[in-house]
Amino acid sequence: MNDAAYAIETHGLVKQFGKTTALAGVDLTARAGRVLGILGPNGAGKTTAVRILATLLRPDDGSATVCGYDVVRDAHQVRQLIGLTGQYASVDEGLSGTNNLIMVGRLLGLSRPEARRRAAELLGRFELTDAAGRPAKGYSGGMRRRLDLAASLVGRPRVLYLDEPTTGLDPHSRNEVWGMIRQLVADGTTVLLTTQYLEEADQLAHDIAVIDHGQVIATGTPDSLKAQAGRQVLEVTPASRADLGAVAELLESRLGAAASVNAESGEVSVQVEGGGALRDILRALDDRSIELTEFALRRPSLDEVFLALTGHRPEPETPAEAGKAGAAAAAAPARELDRSTR
Amino acid sequence: MTTAALSAPSPVPALARRPGPAAAVANSFTLAWRSVLKIKTNPEDLFGLLLQPIMYLILFTYVFGGAIAGSTHKYLQLSLPGILVLSVVFATLGTGMMLSADVATGVFDRFRALPIVRWSPLAGAILGDMVRYVISVAITLGFGMILGFRIEASPLAAALGCLLILAFAVALCWMSALIGMLVKSAQGVQLWGFLIMFPLIFGSNILTPTKTMPGWLQAFVKVNPVTYLTEAERALLTGGAAATAVQRSLLWTLGIFVVFAPLAVAAYRRRT
Repeated sequence: MNDAAYAIETHGLVKQFGKTTALAGVDLTARAGRVLGILGPNGAGKTTAVRILATLLRPDDGSATVCGYDVVRDAHQVRQLIGLTGQYASVDEGLSGTNNLIMVGRLLGLSRPEARRRAAELLGRFELTDAAGRPAKGYSGGMRRRLDLAASLVGRPRVLYLDEPTTGLDPHSRNEVWGMIRQLVADGTTVLLTTQYLEEADQLAHDIAVIDHGQVIATGTPDSLKAQAGRQVLEVTPASRADLGAVAELLESRLGAAASVNAESGEVSVQVEGGGALRDILRALDDRSIELTEFALRRPSLDEVFLALTGHRPEPETPAEAGKAGAAAAAAPARELDRSTR
Repeated sequence: MTTAALSAPSPVPALARRPGPAAAVANSFTLAWRSVLKIKTNPEDLFGLLLQPIMYLILFTYVFGGAIAGSTHKYLQLSLPGILVLSVVFATLGTGMMLSADVATGVFDRFRALPIVRWSPLAGAILGDMVRYVISVAITLGFGMILGFRIEASPLAAALGCLLILAFAVALCWMSALIGMLVKSAQGVQLWGFLIMFPLIFGSNILTPTKTMPGWLQAFVKVNPVTYLTEAERALLTGGAAATAVQRSLLWTLGIFVVFAPLAVAAYRRRT
């Protein structure tokens, strides 16, 4: 029996593509039957990690196991345990929804009637029955994503990889996908979910690993990460710009934190520790007859998580090298200045 | 744990280390079924497969017929075996295009993350494409006969002719598969495929007699496998000495297979 507490374990995963380091020693653990969210900006190495765990790529260094099976040495066993839904839905566009699923079922060794039954069952569950006979190339983005997810579930995988499953989906489709993920986890599936959205990780994941530039920079539960990432932010917009100063002063005195005033948007924002002072603040604003257009409590965004954890904002489109080169260039003149003053 | 027995994950069962030979056959046939299904569901593909041989037959017979052979009927007897070869050679491009599209769309990633035999997507694609070649040969022969082509050799010889051309196609589609694995897009496959196929097709005796060509071209025509295959087809369909041409065609078929199949598999392994 291979009853490891961790369904997925990686140690020091390294992967390079030419001169670009996609992964620079990644350690991950996913508890069996739970959702591990991998959070990071584009190009952080999330997809590379998933592709290694799905036996599609070999790591240059380090090791990874799924339910105790090594992804390189025991690739065939690993493939019997996993399901994969990629960022770009990999359904066969030339085939109907039904035939896509029958094909996967047959490849997994189901008999023809079994494959047919399983296809019908999954199509029903993913609300694709009406479109089942049509070629997948006519499907909408959301339908395609659902078909892709269905295809990865034909073999009832023990471990499911979802690589940015909701990127590019409208809120309705996104909620549907989330609902399905919750159902799968309730049925005992271990899920590894990569996402760029803090909210998605927050909604679904039991544990989160934050990746940036190919390295895990933080791990923990969603709550512990948010605590690390910073407090909630109160944003107040008075109806009249003339009140900006008064509002800032009031917030600072009540909350004991520095307020920042954005003259352009006419908004005052300040970090909030607990929710208790909010009623007092509202009352005080009312007493002074300050009209408001907005009074909002905002959770930290992914940007702020990154700012807090890494000291830089995520740079979605810039490769890792460019960022480092820029930093080095900026540091150089400072060093020269240092020397000249000495 | 005890109350949630139904949903708790069962212990990981013992898993097979590698797929068996029966699985290899089953996987390949499932993937062949898939590529045949794609012919059916893709009207453009089916249309092209049916219409191309008809177009070649009509154009070549009526455009060149009078000029080259004196009469269209005489020319048809000469050109149809060549058009048979031409249609099938161009049809092999489909293999590379499909493989390339499968890599580009991520369908191969799905296959590779499944516990199937590693080379079965390649074998399945080629197995499925044999159906395309059979259709191509059947349409060319059938429509040719409507236009007036007559099989003058024995039915057995004609059947051998069809088998020979299918064998050649199966060998040549490994070259197409190799191009599909090396080139990034289906359009790229088409471009490279045509650059390679055009000299092979037209630098041969398919459409015109070799003796009208300049010496350097004759030299090329004389080593071109398409020339031998066309000669073999002419002999097997319309009579004449077939042995040498068939032998050489078979040698070429084997040679192409021995060179390109391992290369294609190697490229496939590298790419996937």
